[in-house]
Amino acid sequence: MNDGVNGVALAVFIFFFLAVTVMGFLASRWRRSDNEHTLDEWGLGGRSFGTWVTWFLLGGDLYTAYTFVAVPAAIYAAGAAGFFAVPYTILVYPLIFTFLPRLWSVSHKHGYVTTSDFVRGRFGSKGLSLAVAVTGILATMPYIALQLVGIQAVLDVMGVGGGEDTNWFVKDLPLLIAFGVLAAYTYSSGLRAPALIAFVKDTLIYIVIAVAIIYIPIKLGGFDEIFAKAGEAYGQTNPATGAPRGALTPSEAGQWTYATLALGSALALFMYPHSITATLSSRSREVIRRNTTILPLYSLMLGLLALLGFMAIAAGVKVSNGQLAIPQLFETMFPAWFAGVAFAAIGIGALVPAAIMSIAAANLFTRNIYKDFIKPDATPAQETKVSKLVSLLVKVGALVFVLTMDKTVAINFQLLGGIWILQTFPALVGGLFTRWFHRWALLAGWAVGMLYGTIAAYGVASPTQKHFGGSSKEIPGIGEIGYIGLTAFVLNLVVTVVVTFALRALKAPEGVDETSPEDYTADAGDKGVQVELPPATAGSGH
Amino acid sequence: MSEAPEAPSAPEVKPPVVTPIRVVIGLCLVAPFVAMLWVGSYAKVDPTFIGIPFFYWYQMLWVLLSTALTMTAFTLWNRDQRARKARDGGASA
Repeated sequence: MNDGVNGVALAVFIFFFLAVTVMGFLASRWRRSDNEHTLDEWGLGGRSFGTWVTWFLLGGDLYTAYTFVAVPAAIYAAGAAGFFAVPYTILVYPLIFTFLPRLWSVSHKHGYVTTSDFVRGRFGSKGLSLAVAVTGILATMPYIALQLVGIQAVLDVMGVGGGEDTNWFVKDLPLLIAFGVLAAYTYSSGLRAPALIAFVKDTLIYIVIAVAIIYIPIKLGGFDEIFAKAGEAYGQTNPATGAPRGALTPSEAGQWTYATLALGSALALFMYPHSITATLSSRSREVIRRNTTILPLYSLMLGLLALLGFMAIAAGVKVSNGQLAIPQLFETMFPAWFAGVAFAAIGIGALVPAAIMSIAAANLFTRNIYKDFIKPDATPAQETKVSKLVSLLVKVGALVFVLTMDKTVAINFQLLGGIWILQTFPALVGGLFTRWFHRWALLAGWAVGMLYGTIAAYGVASPTQKHFGGSSKEIPGIGEIGYIGLTAFVLNLVVTVVVTFALRALKAPEGVDETSPEDYTADAGDKGVQVELPPATAGSGH
Repeated sequence: MSEAPEAPSAPEVKPPVVTPIRVVIGLCLVAPFVAMLWVGSYAKVDPTFIGIPFFYWYQMLWVLLSTALTMTAFTLWNRDQRARKARDGGASA
């Protein structure tokens, strides 16, 4: 690693950072509407975003700084196994094509801001809604913390992270500043801030990837050379495990893991509150369907990005912390000014999702905990105020998390978060298509899935960690190694179906469904679906 | 809820739920799952493309294929919905 501070790269980085800060604060004036103090306005950007804004927002939201650092890092560490992110993002879009428009319609019609709002309205169960909300908040928190880890990686490589012996305050000051700024403009501008900044982020990312994927292979002697060197490196025995470091293609045994990870992650992605926030902020049902056809552009980018992991090996980048592999590759291969652009892309790439995630978690807390359990008569203005404060708290929490605990803790929790969030799938997606599942059965299934997933993940050991050493484990009954989240999900589904049969036989009370079948296909312009919901509607859905 | 739900449109002559066009839409959406989850079909190095092993370029190719398939599903679905609206006798906008 470079010992001194990389001045040119740092200057470019700071320039872009200042530019997006100004944009973030100005964003509140962008397409502002009359009723500023509603949660629809602050937390969903007035539900007014068209195809392109939604595309940038969703892309900025789903493909985070952590993704940019972690996916190539996984390839750098072990090869083929890390590439599952590509089939994962391929499968997401045909999947959401089927259910997301229905969620959009019913949410627009009833003024739902979160998935828990929908679950409560559909199943008439505050308990189930609370379970979904708590799962969402728990899964999002470590994800925000990981965005900070992404920024830290970049700061480290630029030489401003400080060495081991630096005072902690000096060492963490850049990160504190970055997050102070992020918190301030999220507070004042709401979802409009990340929506606007996402333009800058994605433009930078696309430029960096396009340059990297052409420039670096030329410098390294072509892909033949890169993969030959990488294959050689994977073949070497890792002293910690006594097995080869990795492989260029997954082994027979690794194929189950690969497929289940891809499928499980694809099912989980749109259960995350921040994905739903970006979805519900779009103007119409069409915007969502159209987006499922253009979002895969990001998957292509992700695939190219993953290849950078091989290039890092071929370029002889040696880092003990795999997360630094890509920033270090940029520093080694690019002239200083362009390395600065690349670092800015990653840094800003952390700010966009962190802002959306904190807004999404805050919406969940306000709507499904504060309003349902603490202050049922809260006015829309009060809801917005609480949401803004909670978004601040969530970020401070994430910051404390990263600064006081080991990075692996955040990574472990994020791994758990993915397993957990998948357990809300039956209630949400099931509920969008059928009212057959019983609310208590869904709750039972959720509990079993959460419990199994947590215990199973706790029991996975790796050469470096006793617990939470990975996300795959033997699937009971099949004997292959598979993604724990998916196993837990199947278990969840089985319990839900069995218990539903039992409860239906016992004629347990079903709860009131406030939605009707045609709500699920309503589009903007239909009767009862307003483009901008008045504050009274947003708050009176229950 | 603030608005009374719309009166359900007359359900006398509902077109069948499963139609050939919908089967095609379903196939378009299912195909990527079959292709991607069958890892054994592409877990190999050869043939390489400009030096990139088959495993990697094949999956990247599927990004494009699945995009094309989702677009097809999107177009067919819109056509299907329009046809249904027209048949329901509603004034299609």
